[in-house]
Amino acid sequence: MRFVDEFRDSEKARALAAKIAGLCEPGRQYKLMEVCGGHTHTIYKHGLEDYLPEQITLVHGPGCPVCVIPMGRVDDAMALAAGPDVIMTSFGDMMRVPGSNGSFFDAKARGTDIRMVYSPLDSLKVARQNPDKRVVFMAIGFETTAPSTAMTMLRAAAEGLTNFSIFCNHVTIVPAIKAILDSPDLRLDGFIGPGHVSTVIGCRPYEFIAADYGKPVVVAGFEPLDILQSIYMLMLQLSQGRSVVENQYSRVVPWDGNVVALRAIGQTMELRPYFEWRGLGFISHSALKVSADFAAFDAELLFDVPGVRVADPKACQCGEVLKGVLKPWECKVFGTACTPETPIGTCMVSPEGACAAYYNYGRLTRTRVSEASRT
Amino acid sequence: MTAGWIDRALSEHEQQQAAGRNGAPQPLPGTVREELVLERIDRVRRARPRVREDRITMSHGAGGKASQSLIEAIFLDAFRNPLLEPLEDAATLDVGGARVALTTDSYVVSPLFFPGGNIGDLAVNGTVNDLAMAGAVPLYLSAGFILEEGFEVEQLVAITASMRDAARVAGVQIVTGDTKVVEKGKADGCYISTAGVGLVAPDVNIGVATARPGDAILVSGPIGDHGVTIMLARGELDIEADLASDTAPLNGLVAALLAGAPGVRALRDATRGGVATILNEIARAADAGVVVSEDAIPVRDVVRGAAELLGIDPMYVACEGRMVVVVDGAQADAALAALRAHPAGAQAALIGHVVAEPAGIVQLKTAFGGTRIVDLLVGDPLPRIC
Repeated sequence: MRFVDEFRDSEKARALAAKIAGLCEPGRQYKLMEVCGGHTHTIYKHGLEDYLPEQITLVHGPGCPVCVIPMGRVDDAMALAAGPDVIMTSFGDMMRVPGSNGSFFDAKARGTDIRMVYSPLDSLKVARQNPDKRVVFMAIGFETTAPSTAMTMLRAAAEGLTNFSIFCNHVTIVPAIKAILDSPDLRLDGFIGPGHVSTVIGCRPYEFIAADYGKPVVVAGFEPLDILQSIYMLMLQLSQGRSVVENQYSRVVPWDGNVVALRAIGQTMELRPYFEWRGLGFISHSALKVSADFAAFDAELLFDVPGVRVADPKACQCGEVLKGVLKPWECKVFGTACTPETPIGTCMVSPEGACAAYYNYGRLTRTRVSEASRT
Repeated sequence: MTAGWIDRALSEHEQQQAAGRNGAPQPLPGTVREELVLERIDRVRRARPRVREDRITMSHGAGGKASQSLIEAIFLDAFRNPLLEPLEDAATLDVGGARVALTTDSYVVSPLFFPGGNIGDLAVNGTVNDLAMAGAVPLYLSAGFILEEGFEVEQLVAITASMRDAARVAGVQIVTGDTKVVEKGKADGCYISTAGVGLVAPDVNIGVATARPGDAILVSGPIGDHGVTIMLARGELDIEADLASDTAPLNGLVAALLAGAPGVRALRDATRGGVATILNEIARAADAGVVVSEDAIPVRDVVRGAAELLGIDPMYVACEGRMVVVVDGAQADAALAALRAHPAGAQAALIGHVVAEPAGIVQLKTAFGGTRIVDLLVGDPLPRIC
C-alpha cells in the first residue's frame, strides 16, 4: 500500500539499526523519551525495540490525551452527562477511562445518554437532530485536537446553535515537557518530539529544550521508519555533542506550525492559570478553557460542575509511568489488578497509554522473542 | 471513594501477593525481574475469569476478553457439562449411535442490508459455518424472528428470500421457526436467531485443544472484509470503498479440505474478534504458543487502508466466510492445495505455526521486522457486526 509500506521497509530498518548501533559509545546508557502516545503505540505495534541495542532505552512520555485526565475530571463529566436532557458526546478512547464510579461505558449501561463520535463536528449533528436536548462534547487532547474543537465552536456560533457546549479538557504539551525536565528523578538524553502536535504548533516551542536544557529534540513521524530515523538523528547529535531541534517529519510538519489552526484556538480558547494532570499534579498554564467570548458554549459555566478532586487509588503508579520513572511492568499492580479490561490507571486504558501498549503488544522479553524465532 | 470493583481488585491483589510470599515457588537465581512479572501476569490470566461489572456493557458482546469472561463466568458456570465445556462453535452429541453437531447463533447486525448481503444471508451462513467448523455436514436449520412493530414487510420478504437462497447454496433446509413482535423502540427492526444440526462422519475428530507444536496455521482467504464493509455501510465515517461482505457458506470448502488433508486438527470461522481472537483461542485451548507472520496474512488493500485510517487492526475485524485451519505440519502443503483448489479458498495462505513456548501467547512477526504479542481484544471498536 502506497505511503505506508515504504515507511515499514525492514531492509531499511536493518540498515538504520546498524548505523544507530555504530553511534553508541561503549559503556554508555541512553534514555530517549518519545513524548507522544502515538509514537508509543507505533513502537510496540511494530516491535521496533527489537532493532535497538540494549544500551538504548525508550522512555514513554506523557503525550497520551486520555492518560493525563485526572479521575475528578471524569467524575465531573459524568455528573454533567447525568443532568436532565443532556446528551454527552465523546471520543471512543475516553469511554473506558475509570472515574470513581466506573467509566462512561458503565454510565451508559446505567442509562446515561453518552454517545461516541469520530469528530467533534458530529456532535453538532447530534445537537441539530435533538433540539430539545443539551449536547455537551467532552473535549480532550493536546494541540492536535484543539483546533477541531475550536472549529466546532466557530461553526456552532455561525449556525446560532444554542443547545451545544464544550466540556473543555484540552491540554498543552510544552508545560508538561518542562515539568518532566524539571523533575529531579529522571535523567533523559533526548526527546523524540510529538509529530501531530507539531503540525499545529511547529518546532519552535521546543527550542528551549535544546538551548536551556542541552537536550536534542527530533520531531518525528508515526511510521516505524520515521521513529527509527529520529532515533538515529538523536544519536548523531549526541555523538557530536550537539543539541538542536530537528524536524524528521518535514513532509507534514511546517517549522512554524499551522497559523490558521493556531488562530482558531486563539479565537475560542484561553490558557487556564493551572490544570491538574493525572500523575503529574497541577501544572501552571498547561491547559485551555473556552474563552470569555465563547462563554455561551462553555459547559463549565452552563452547568453545575462538582469540581471535586479525587485522589488516585494508592496502588496506582500512573504518575511515575507518565514521567518515565517506572517502566509499565515495574508498577506494583501492572497486569494483575490493573489490566486493559479492568484498568485502574489511565495508562492502561488508551491504546496510546504506555501500560496498555506494553500489555497488549510487548509482554515479551528478549529471551522469549529469541526462543520463538528459533522454532 | 473509588469504584467498588477497584477496591475489590486491589484487595484481591493484596491477598494474592500475601499468598505468593508464603510458599509460592521461589524464582530461579538469575531470572530477570521482568520475566518474573510476566510469569505473574500469565498466572493471573489463567485464573478463572469473572465479570466485575455490575451491568452488561457493549464490551460483553464484542467477542474479546469481556465476552470470554461473560461466557465462562456466567453461562459455563450455570450450565456446565462435558459437552459444553470445550466451548466449540458447535457441540458434538451422540444420538442413537449417530454423531450429531448442534449449534445456535443470533444476529443483530446494523444496518440490516449491506454490500454483499443482509442479515438473512448472515443468519444462514453463520450457523452453517458453525456446524462446518465441527467437521459436520450441515443438514437442518431453525429460524426465530424478533420483529419490531413498524418494520416494513417488504424488507422482511427480501430477508427471507436471501435466507432461502443461502440455504439452497449451502444445501440445508430451514425446517422450523418462531416469530415474536415487540413494541416500537424495543428492538431495532429485525433480529434473527438460527439453530442448526448436522452429522459428523465417524472418522472426523476436530477440536482446538488437539493442536500441538509443529502444526501449521492457515487462513482460507483475505481477512476483515465483512467488518469493514459494515462499518462503512453505517455511513458514519464518510469513507467510500469498493468492498463487499465475505458472507458465504464454508461447508463445501471444509469437505474439500478434509478430503485432501486428513491431518486437520481444528477449524474456526473468524467472526467477531477476527483472526486474532481465534489464534488466542488455539493457544489457550492447546496450552501452546502461536507464531504468525504479518507478511503472510492476506488482507485486501482497501481493508488495510480503511483499517489504517480508523486505527483498527484487520486481525481483529470480523469475517463471515473465512476460517482458520490448524493442520499437522507435515500436511500443510496438502491442506493449502486443497483449499486453493476450491473457489471459496482460492486465496488461502499459510500464516504461521503452533510452537511449544511461551504457552498461551500469540506472537506476530511484524512486516517491519519486529515481534509483538497479539492479545484478545479489549473494548468494542465495532458493535453489532453480525
